[in-house]
Amino acid sequence: MSLRIVVCVKYVPDATGDRHFADDLTLDRDDVDGLLSELDEYAVEQALQIAGDHDGDAEVTVLTVGPEDAKDALRKALSMGADKAVHVEDDDLHGTDALGTSLVLAKAVEKTGYDLVICGMASTDGTMGVLPAMLSERLGVPQVTLLSEVSVDGSTVKGRRDGDAATVQLEASLPAVVSVTDQSGEARYPSFKGIMAAKKKPVESLDLGDLDIEAGDVGLEGAWTAVDSATERPARTAGTIVNDEGKGGDQLAEYLVSQKFI
Amino acid sequence: MAEVLVYVDHVDGAVRKPTLELLTLARRIGDPVAVALGAGAADTAATLAEHGAVKVLTADAAEFTDYLVVPKVDALQAAYDSVSPAAVLVPSSAEGKEIAARLAVRIGSGLITDAIDLTADDQGPVATQSVFAAAYTTKSRITKGTPVITVKPNSAPVEPAAVAGAVEELAVTFGEAATGTKVVARTPRESTGRPELTEAAIVVSGGRGVNGAENFAIIEALADSLGAAVGASRAAVDAGWYPHSNQVGQTGKSVSPQLYIASGISGAIQHRAGMQTSKTIVAVNKDAEAPIFDLVDYGIVGDLFQVVPQLTEAIKARKG
Ligand SMILES: Cc1cc2nc3c(=O)[nH]c(=O)nc-3n(C[C@H](O)[C@H](O)[C@H](O)COP(=O)(O)OP(=O)(O)OC[C@H]3O[C@@H](n4cnc5c(N)ncnc54)[C@H](O)[C@@H]3O)c2cc1C
Ligand SMILES: Nc1ncnc2c1ncn2[C@@H]1O[C@H](COP(=O)(O)O)[C@@H](O)[C@H]1O
Repeated sequence: MSLRIVVCVKYVPDATGDRHFADDLTLDRDDVDGLLSELDEYAVEQALQIAGDHDGDAEVTVLTVGPEDAKDALRKALSMGADKAVHVEDDDLHGTDALGTSLVLAKAVEKTGYDLVICGMASTDGTMGVLPAMLSERLGVPQVTLLSEVSVDGSTVKGRRDGDAATVQLEASLPAVVSVTDQSGEARYPSFKGIMAAKKKPVESLDLGDLDIEAGDVGLEGAWTAVDSATERPARTAGTIVNDEGKGGDQLAEYLVSQKFI
Repeated sequence: MAEVLVYVDHVDGAVRKPTLELLTLARRIGDPVAVALGAGAADTAATLAEHGAVKVLTADAAEFTDYLVVPKVDALQAAYDSVSPAAVLVPSSAEGKEIAARLAVRIGSGLITDAIDLTADDQGPVATQSVFAAAYTTKSRITKGTPVITVKPNSAPVEPAAVAGAVEELAVTFGEAATGTKVVARTPRESTGRPELTEAAIVVSGGRGVNGAENFAIIEALADSLGAAVGASRAAVDAGWYPHSNQVGQTGKSVSPQLYIASGISGAIQHRAGMQTSKTIVAVNKDAEAPIFDLVDYGIVGDLFQVVPQLTEAIKARKG
C-alpha cells in the first residue's frame, strides 16, 4: 500500500524584508514579499527522501492554509518534487491564530488522507513551534517532533530529537505527525525540470465549507487570542564604536567595568 | 484569590531558574499552584514554597520519561481539572511549548507563547511579546477559555516570597495517546560546568570569524573569566566547531542576558532574532560595516584574535 505523506507548508513574509503590522494588528502581507517558509523546505526534503526510500510507492501532498499568494509556496514545494498540492483559502480565515490554524489543518489533513504528516519546526514569522503538537492532539495520532533525523521503517516512524537535557531516539506507529529541524539535512533546489513539471501538477482548492468549519470558529473574530497593541521597538541608541589600535581589549574591559559587569 | 497553575521545570528536584521567574509573574495574577512531575518532583516543594507556591502538586511515573510529551499533558490536565485555575503558565522551552499547545487544544483555550512579561488587568493576564526578530513589541490577551501562556527565561526577577506551601500527590490517569511515542534511547547532555545558555546573566558567543573548533578555546576563556555561558552562530555550528545545543538565534536558543558579547558574528536577522532583547550588547568584528554594529552599546572594530585574549587578560587582572 502506498505511503501517503502530507507536508504542511506555510507562506510567510520574507524575514530579511521589513515586516509590519496592518491596522487591524494582523500581519501586513501587502508590503513585503512572501515565500515558502525556509524551515518548511526541510519538511518537504524529508518527505521526498522518505518517498524515495519507498521506491516511489509513496505520494507527497503539500498543504497550506493561507491567502491567494500562498500558491507560490505550494509551487515551490511542487517544483522540489512533491506530487500534488492542497490550498485552503477563504476570506474568513484572515487573522486566524494557532488554535484556529490547527483546526483547519487537521480537517484538511483528514480530508486529504494520510499516513504521515510532516511539518517544519516552526514558522519563520510566528515562530511558535506549536502547530505540530496541536495537530497531533487534534488528529489523535502520535507526535514525533523536532527531529534532526527521521526515517520510516514499515509502519514505524523513527527519529532523533536533540532536547535541552538529552538526545532521545523516538519511535511511533503510523499514522503520526512529525516535525523536522533545520539540522535534518539541506533542502534540495528545484531543478529546471522540476519547475516545468510543477506547472502541470494538480493544486486542489478548499474553502471552509469544504471542511465543514464555521466561519465564526476561525479568523480574527473567532481567534482565541487578541493583540491589543503593537509598538515598533525603539531603535537601539547608537553605541560607541572604537577602532582597535592595539588596546581594544583593554578599552572593552574598561567599558565593562564602567557598566559594573566586572 | 484565584489560583494560577505553574508548570515546574526541574532536574531531579532542582528547580530551574525560569520556573522561579514564572512564580514572580504568577503572583501578579493569583496564588501560584505548582505542578512538578517525574523523578524528584517532591524535592522541589521547599524551593517553590520559598518563592510563593501555595501548593505543589506532584506526580512520578515511568511514563514521564518513557514516552514523549503527552504523559506530561495528561498530568497537567489533571491538575487543571482539580484546581480550575485563572491561568496556566509554562516555561518556554521547546517541550514546554508543546505541552502548553496540547493542553490549550484539550481545554479549548487560547495560547500565547514566548511572553517576555505579564501583567494582570480586570480582563485577565496581558502578555508582552517581542516579535519579528524583536522589531515589534506586542501586548496580547487570551479571549477564549483559560489563558495558557508560555514565558521565556529572564522575563522577570526571581523574588523570595515564602509561604507555608502544601504538597499533594496528583492522581493522573494516562490516556491512550500517552504511550504513542516511545523513547527508545536517551543520551543525557554532558554538563560543561558553565551556566545554562538561556538562563545565564552573560553570554559570550563566537561565529564564523572564530575560524575553527580549536579557536573556540578563546571564546570559552573569555566566558569563564566572566562566569558566562558560551553561544555560537549557526555558521559556527554548521561548520562543526561548536555543538548545536549552543546555537543562538531563530533555530537555536533565544537568549536575553544582561550582557551579550558577539565575536566574529556578522549579525544576520536570524541571529539577531535570538539575542536582540539582550540588555547590553557588545561586539568584536573586523568589518566596520557588519550589521551587528547597528545593535551594539559598545563595539570594537578589530581582529578578535587580538581583542578577545587581551580582554580576557584584563578581566582576570581586575578580578585578581
Ligand atoms: C531559516 C534560517 C534560520 C537560521 N537560524 C539561525 C540561527 O538560529 N542562528 C544563527 O546564528 N544564524 C541562523 N541562520 C543563519 C544566518 O542567516 C547567518 O548565516 C549566520 O548567522 C551567520 O553566522 P556568522 O555571523 O557567524 O557568519 P558570517 O555572516 O559569515 O559572519 C562572520 C563575521 O566574522 C567577522 N570576522 C571574520 N574574521 C574575523 C576576525 N579575525 N576578527 C573579527 N571578526 C572577524 C566577519 O567580518 C563577519 O562579519 C539562519 C538562517 C536561516 C535561513
Ligand atoms: N498556515 C499554515 N499552513 C500550513 N502549514 C502551517 C501553517 N502554519 C503552520 N504550519 C506548519 O506548522 C509548523 C509550525 O508552525 P508554528 O507553530 O506556527 O510555528 C510549520 O513549520 C508548518 O509546517
